[in-house]
Amino acid sequence: MDAKYATGRVGRVATWVLLVLCSLAFLYPLVWLVSASLKGRGQVFDNALVPETFHWGNFATVFHELPLLPWLFNSLAIAVLAAVTVAVSSSMVAFGFAYFRFRGRSLVFGLVLATMMLPGAVTMVPVYLIWRELGLLGTWAPLWAANLFGSAFYIFLQRQFFLGLPRELFEAARIDGAGYWRLFTRIAMPLAIPSFVIVLLFEFQASWNNFQSALIYLNSESIEDFTAPLGIAYAMTKYSPTAGGQGDYQYVMVASLLITLPMLALFAFGQRYFIEGVATTGTKG
Amino acid sequence: MSRDVETAPFQAVAAEAGKPRPGHGPRLTARRRETLAGWLFISPWILGFLIFTAGAMVMAAGLAFSDFNLATGEARWVGARNFAQLVDDPRVATSLGNTLFFAVLSVPLEIAVALGLAMLLARVGRGAGIFRTLFFLPKMTPMVATAAIFFLLLNGSQGAINQGLRLIGVQGPQWLVDPDWIKPSIVLMSLWAVSGTMVIFLAALKNVPRELYEVASIDGAGGWRRFYNITMPMISPALFFNTIVLTIAAFQTFDQAYLLFYRDQSNAAPEASLFYAVYLFQQAFRQFNLGFAAAMAWVLFVIIMIITAVQVRVGNRFVHYSGRD
Repeated sequence: MDAKYATGRVGRVATWVLLVLCSLAFLYPLVWLVSASLKGRGQVFDNALVPETFHWGNFATVFHELPLLPWLFNSLAIAVLAAVTVAVSSSMVAFGFAYFRFRGRSLVFGLVLATMMLPGAVTMVPVYLIWRELGLLGTWAPLWAANLFGSAFYIFLQRQFFLGLPRELFEAARIDGAGYWRLFTRIAMPLAIPSFVIVLLFEFQASWNNFQSALIYLNSESIEDFTAPLGIAYAMTKYSPTAGGQGDYQYVMVASLLITLPMLALFAFGQRYFIEGVATTGTKG
Repeated sequence: MSRDVETAPFQAVAAEAGKPRPGHGPRLTARRRETLAGWLFISPWILGFLIFTAGAMVMAAGLAFSDFNLATGEARWVGARNFAQLVDDPRVATSLGNTLFFAVLSVPLEIAVALGLAMLLARVGRGAGIFRTLFFLPKMTPMVATAAIFFLLLNGSQGAINQGLRLIGVQGPQWLVDPDWIKPSIVLMSLWAVSGTMVIFLAALKNVPRELYEVASIDGAGGWRRFYNITMPMISPALFFNTIVLTIAAFQTFDQAYLLFYRDQSNAAPEASLFYAVYLFQQAFRQFNLGFAAAMAWVLFVIIMIITAVQVRVGNRFVHYSGRD
């Protein structure tokens, strides 16, 4: 009995030690990023976690060195458009699947689930041609407008939530003469705010981080039109010594930090939503 | 008396409904309205599906058999020529091999690390929150920032990782230059952001009834046996899900490879970094061989479908869904 208790305690201490070590490993690149963003030219590679001298000026200079302000604005505007449109359209479609009983419903919903498994690379080329045909290349539309039609995972998420609402709620409103649209806007949506927020946060993050679409659709001559991820990729090359730069990587680090911070803030605000949302993918998918 | 009051509204409804359209039951009309409204509510998705999924897939199939001229917008039927070129192009085989190698290396490692971390977190119970938050931060870091950080951390001569290794007397590899270490470098980046997978495992672990472990302990089952006989079957749906999702993602790996090796077009990138999605992108948007790229896309689709189907078949044998025994 005593021996068992001892191994339990040793085990517990070992668990904590391992967790602390893993946390340090996971945290190290981010701490390194913060310190690198405060270093002077050529000091990034000294790898000291506390800079020799703190170059706070980097955070001002970077806005002259790179069009970071327009990049951040473009990213923000696109992310808001993408998140709001996909959250609204997906909720509407989800309500259609959750409330109404009609023939073909489960078949179509099966199709929705099937599209989640479809690799995006497969439709990359034709989708590009569709936007080209519509004359929208070089605009923001390809980066968000497809969200008007809802997105499978979010439809799934919202439908799960709507299915959890008691049906009597809707029946009572029906008897009071409410139409279907009112059921959706006045009863279902106000109650679905928590999962609506999950959708908003997820899509905002996805859009904010999106690199490939920006690379395909915004590869124009004027770098001011870039989104922040595309801009940082450009900056990585600009300062690279092999491409004729001076190795001023501290600016790339400042820019990287500045696009990471909003995500960390979002996480601080919606941690519960994020982790719940991700966990839902696994347990119910 | 009270009976009359109760039935009165129903009689009124029946009377009204009977009036306007003889022959059609009022229930059918209500049903039709519900059907119509249902289809209207889901119509945005259907429209999007017809254009951006079904339409795009059909277009991709058409393109794969054509020579598409982007300037004139004309497509000329060339039969299976694109597929023949695809077989002849050694870079297609290289990129497929690289991608396959990466998937085989990264998926099991990600599963193992995510599960290990989740089990550690599950053991501490209270106090796990702060660690879970810390582990999740890399997942929130945009990929381009991750790439920028690791681009510098993994520098062969001056990077922090090799400096750290030197401290313990190990000569680190030329991570981003040595062809043998390019894919492990990208695996390292994936492992850093493994917490999405971890959270799914953690949710599954929390659903394992504690009594099962207690009973097993009384029966004298050791840690390893408890893991193998209780934990593994109980979390098998999550294991199955994570494996499939990570595999599909691995086959589409693009951002990391592109950002580290293909962003600077004046530099020749090492062959070992040529992932399938990167080559597809180059063919489509740098060479504008859209037909060839569409053929590549369809091949990728078929490969992913086959691998997923195999995983589902194997999975069905091992996955244990509670409540469905």
